Amino acid sequence: MMKKLLLALVAALSLAAGGARAAGDGIAWDKFPAERVTDLAALQNGAKLFANYCLNCHAAEFMRYNRLRDIGLTEEQIAGSLVFTGAKVGETMKVALAPKDAKEWFGGQPPDLTVIARSRSAAGKGTGADYIYTYLRTYYRDDTKATGWNNAAFPNVGMPHVLWELQGQTRAVWADVPDAHDPKKVTHVFKGLEQVTPGTLTPAKYNEAVADLVAYLQWMSEPMQADRVRIGVWVLLFLAVFTVIAWRLNAAFWKDVK
Amino acid sequence: MAEFKEAPAGATAGQKLLTWVDNRFPASKLYKEHLSEYYAPKNFNFMYFFGSLAMLVLVIQIVTGIFLVMHYKPDAALAFASVEYIMRDVPWGWLVRYMHSTGASAFFVVVYLHMFRGMLYGSYRKPRELVWIFGCAIFLCLMAEAFFGYLLPWGQMSYWGAQVIVNLFAAVPFVGPDLALLIRGDYVVSDATLNRFFSFHVIAIPLVLIGLVAAHIIALHEVGSNNPDGIEIKAKKDAQGRPLDGIPFHPYYTVHDIMGVSVFLLLFSAVVFLAPEMGGYFLEYNNFIPADPLKTPAHIAPVWYFTPYYSMLRATTDPMVNVFVVLVALGAAVTLLLGGLSRNAKVVVAVSALVFIGLLKAFDAKFWGVVVMGGAVVIMFFLPWLDNSPVKSIRYRPNWHKWMYTVFAINMVVLGYLGIKPPSDAGTLISQIGTIFYFGFFLLMPFWSRIGEFKPVPERVVFQPH
Repeated sequence: MMKKLLLALVAALSLAAGGARAAGDGIAWDKFPAERVTDLAALQNGAKLFANYCLNCHAAEFMRYNRLRDIGLTEEQIAGSLVFTGAKVGETMKVALAPKDAKEWFGGQPPDLTVIARSRSAAGKGTGADYIYTYLRTYYRDDTKATGWNNAAFPNVGMPHVLWELQGQTRAVWADVPDAHDPKKVTHVFKGLEQVTPGTLTPAKYNEAVADLVAYLQWMSEPMQADRVRIGVWVLLFLAVFTVIAWRLNAAFWKDVK
Repeated sequence: MAEFKEAPAGATAGQKLLTWVDNRFPASKLYKEHLSEYYAPKNFNFMYFFGSLAMLVLVIQIVTGIFLVMHYKPDAALAFASVEYIMRDVPWGWLVRYMHSTGASAFFVVVYLHMFRGMLYGSYRKPRELVWIFGCAIFLCLMAEAFFGYLLPWGQMSYWGAQVIVNLFAAVPFVGPDLALLIRGDYVVSDATLNRFFSFHVIAIPLVLIGLVAAHIIALHEVGSNNPDGIEIKAKKDAQGRPLDGIPFHPYYTVHDIMGVSVFLLLFSAVVFLAPEMGGYFLEYNNFIPADPLKTPAHIAPVWYFTPYYSMLRATTDPMVNVFVVLVALGAAVTLLLGGLSRNAKVVVAVSALVFIGLLKAFDAKFWGVVVMGGAVVIMFFLPWLDNSPVKSIRYRPNWHKWMYTVFAINMVVLGYLGIKPPSDAGTLISQIGTIFYFGFFLLMPFWSRIGEFKPVPERVVFQPH
């Protein structure tokens, strides 16, 4: 009886999970190479890109500079090559950009980036890292926008393409695809990007650089994430052994219950 | 007053101390009554783990909560940052916080299973009505506790979830807006709201909760535990007055529960360490964005454990209220025609049906949605008096009853799923059917629980020695 009930529940739950995966809109997200989050060289390169390109307008107010020791940097390295605001290494990553200026230049305050990678996950689409990895690689020229830039993953984005010197300029390629539900309609579908002017990096190198930057953002969103998993494995191993002991202990006591 | 006892000659220091204490406080008596000489049926199955697990989760929540309060700041300008401070700068703060956030969901998992166990085996029936009622009150407190606590991280979902739920109270006729204002302490969810929710979350509700848990256990130990066969073990006793099918809670069920705790902790730790967000269901992604009163998220959904009730709220649209009107009219007509009532009783039934229909049409559907949501929880309190089945346990009920309970469980899962999703026409229709089934299940139980072929209940519990 119990088994039947449980099976029915499991079936209902898996139906629910299947439905959740089909949700969402916009372009599909590329898969961020997740192994980079534990690659110290990638994280250090990402931190450098972050300090140089992002930290001028975006803050990371909950992140202390000296936490970067966790990715293999010394306090001297941090103070010497990553702090541009005169902050002390024990302080958090703040910016000098005034909210009023931000409103005027970008139409709003650029979001804090400390936990951005965690906040952008979406069920069925991918992790926040997947999103940012896609987003930073799908900027294209659009003269109808005030900044001259638009983005396929974040249509009508307020931020101009900060990394454009690295990537170069691109143009979006669209295709008209007949609508699946209404044959009379066509939908405008994003097909990809076409290089217009080259950047200082080749497309392959640019992807690498963005992957490093996203690895850093992912790490910064939860600096202890690797430790968490490492400790967790030991905890689970201990509990697995303990469960066996508890099971045998129980059996020893219950022997005499007839 | 009990006789003043002397320790026997040659007693150890420990025995002397215990005698000294026992003369002043019933330590040995409590130990015997609640552990070593509390006789529990020997045929508990795995569904009986969830009571002790609920207790374990309560302790986890209280202990981790104490440490979180040491570092958390209940201030709209500082709250979000203080949570990230706990996650980054407080040694092991991340673990404490993840245990607390996972514990919240785990609490509902074990409590829902614990309640469903009670429903399956008729654990709410005479003489355990008060055990059940205290339990329902605990469930209500738990919902309040979860709701107040969810505002504290001060993320977007915290903020807008609270805004939506508090606004529900504004739908109450006449006093609604003032009531919502009283809860918020402001015209919008703000610092004042955060401070009072913090107070409720860390002091008021936990105090009530612990009191109710004590009452729940005292009542249970007074009447004795039910079991999967739904048989009173106290009916068959040995020469010493011990139930033949009972075994001392300690050590038999303490070692048994340690096994349950171990398996539970295995699953709990897997979430805490490997998937603390649990795919966005335990920690919602949107809640990593600080609360912004000027930016409403596109889709606001409560955390998963509230969504079955949230679905029922959303199902209560204007057409649904008309369905209620028809159902009330039908119910009254059937009672009048087949009830065999006296003339006075018929008048009372007809008048109350008309008044009810009048009220249904007089107030907004939104208000009735709130009534439906609240009623879905409140109706549980009446379960002991709704069930007329001649046997307690599902084991000896007609087969079609088993299907009723299966559909009931699936219905809750479906309602929960729909409550997570943005509203859709099909979703609303399904949740309307689900809502009617939910209330029909309880309101018609006095009739359907009697129907069918019941199996003979054995004299003694069914038990295979391990």
